[in-house]
Amino acid sequence: MRLTLTAMAAAIALATVPAAAEPVRIGMITTLSGGGSALGIDIRDGFELAVKLRGGELGGVPVELTIADDAREPQNATQIAERMLQQDKVQIMTGIVWSNLALAVVPKVVRADVFYISPNAGPSQLAGRQCHPNYFNVAWQNDNLHEAVGQYVRDQGYDNVYLLAPNYPAGKDSIAGFKRFYDGGIAGETYTKLGQLDYAAEIAQIRAAKPDAVFFFLPGGMGINFIKQYDQAGLKSEIPLFGPGFSFDQAILGAVGKAAVGAINSSQWNRDLDNEANRTFVTEFEKAYGRLPSLYASQGYDAALLIDSAIRVVDGDLSDADAFRAALKKAEFDSVRGAFAFGANNHPVQAIYVREVVTDEQGRTVNKVLAKAFESHKDAYTDECSM
Amino acid sequence: MPTLLVLEQILNGLQLGFTLFLMAAGLTLVFGIMGLINLAHGSLYMIGAFVAASVTGATGSFLLGLLAAVPAAALVGVAIEMIALRRLYDRDHLDQVLATFGLILFLNELASILWGARPLFMDVPSWLAGTVEILPGVPYPAYRLAMILVGALVAVLLYLLIAHTRLGMLIRAGATNRAMVGALGINVARLYTLVFALGAGLAALAGVMAGPILSVQVGMGEQILILTFVVVVIGGLGSIKGALVGALLVGLVDTLGRVFLPVLLRIVLPPANADSVGASLASMAIYILMAVVLAWRPNGLFGRAHA
Repeated sequence: MRLTLTAMAAAIALATVPAAAEPVRIGMITTLSGGGSALGIDIRDGFELAVKLRGGELGGVPVELTIADDAREPQNATQIAERMLQQDKVQIMTGIVWSNLALAVVPKVVRADVFYISPNAGPSQLAGRQCHPNYFNVAWQNDNLHEAVGQYVRDQGYDNVYLLAPNYPAGKDSIAGFKRFYDGGIAGETYTKLGQLDYAAEIAQIRAAKPDAVFFFLPGGMGINFIKQYDQAGLKSEIPLFGPGFSFDQAILGAVGKAAVGAINSSQWNRDLDNEANRTFVTEFEKAYGRLPSLYASQGYDAALLIDSAIRVVDGDLSDADAFRAALKKAEFDSVRGAFAFGANNHPVQAIYVREVVTDEQGRTVNKVLAKAFESHKDAYTDECSM
Repeated sequence: MPTLLVLEQILNGLQLGFTLFLMAAGLTLVFGIMGLINLAHGSLYMIGAFVAASVTGATGSFLLGLLAAVPAAALVGVAIEMIALRRLYDRDHLDQVLATFGLILFLNELASILWGARPLFMDVPSWLAGTVEILPGVPYPAYRLAMILVGALVAVLLYLLIAHTRLGMLIRAGATNRAMVGALGINVARLYTLVFALGAGLAALAGVMAGPILSVQVGMGEQILILTFVVVVIGGLGSIKGALVGALLVGLVDTLGRVFLPVLLRIVLPPANADSVGASLASMAIYILMAVVLAWRPNGLFGRAHA
């Protein structure tokens, strides 16, 4: 008799196990080796932290996360995406750092009825004509941070700005983004070689042009070279330096130290933003990894939070793609940057802050929020997107 | 354009040239004596910068960083030569390129395991911080002047070493006829190791000097390696004198091209186009220089025909 009861209890227990126990399969393609790997590692660590803090689950469903390294090569990324779609049968993909890789991978992914959440790259094509209901960008459209600097520099009354960017598409986009909101005078405009090491020649030209501010966009090591050399030339105290947050993220500040102090940059996120989600993120990130989080880490973390919220809305049932898409679009999660919503083209409508590089009480070089350049900013390509 | 600015840009070109010379001297020595194409030369530069950044960070002394980095990279060079490269001297250049390319991948990954993916911090030593007024109204970073001096000093020391010492005599002999040097009873294996260590030490010195002005990160070696190869090819494979002349030429052409091509083009094109076309042309300038030199002298400025 007792045995039968136990059996019955077991049978009942089995029957009530929710169908949601089947894990959600997420594929992450990002840059973990070679040049620029600091960005991919931060995105991965931010994403994994959010999953870890939820006991290995997102939206109450266990997560099966496949991570692969693209080494910043478009053909690697395409191959990995192929494998994740065919073999691993992933339902959601994320992770790509660079726009050229995103342009190679994202259209293929979304056409295969898989969702793609971009934690970084936001090329204009995907925000405009090539927008897609299955593609969501949780970071920014590429131009946004440059636009914010343009707006701020204008607001501050600067009227003679020197512009510097590498001679490649993203460099030209950055200058175009800056000029979209800055209508003052231009003291000079220089396009440098991609991967250039020495900026002594450009710095001498800047000194000779006597601008009242410098705006530059030099991603990665190029920016480190430029910031160090600009400071050593003694120009930092004479002509203030402005740039997007990419040129002053935590990895770069660690490498340039005091040479960057006083520089002004833009970001949708900062370590000192005062909200509950951000406090948790910053504390837990520093505890888990022993380093300060960067904006890239915050974007990886937010990507996981967005997925978490959407899975929760559909009760772990991803079989109804329309319902899941609507749940993603609602973006009902507490972003570490505060208020967050998607615009018509699935790109963020958000505040963009202006930060100053300072030395904190522990002697570390960090960013401090100075002002808001935009309250709720949307990108310039929304109208080209017909969705 | 004011004369002062032109003078300053010439100085900038010389400074870039001397940094390239430190790299090119080691690369061309190794090629001249051992006939080895060493793509991993940039990795030794990276090791120099990484060791210097770590030691300088820990002790606060740039000189200690320098004193640790050069022997450390030379030792790594010796280890690489004895373990891997020794087997490649008699092989085809393609085998050497493949093997040393493998070494780049290996050393890059090793560096990111040891030091992490984030770039390291390295500052100008306090006694070389700030600027010096070289001409009235032209402040120039003191550290860059020091780089020019170090480069010039190394050029003189290398000249003395090669022209006036026994080791230098062997190096010259080895570059002319390797087989004969061995036949005369010289321990060629030891000579090779020594030359490779010397080349590695010079690359590390370049890395240490570059540390405070450039980003100290995994992969930094490959960025400068390409320029170094251009220098070596222009100067002539195996020639130290060629490395010096080639390095200064490349430094000057690259720097002056970046500055003056957009200005010159503005005479014939609207400013926006001139800036963009000028930038593209400037980044090609050193390769055009290389093509012109090779068309005129197929073995480089000071190179000899190699068998």
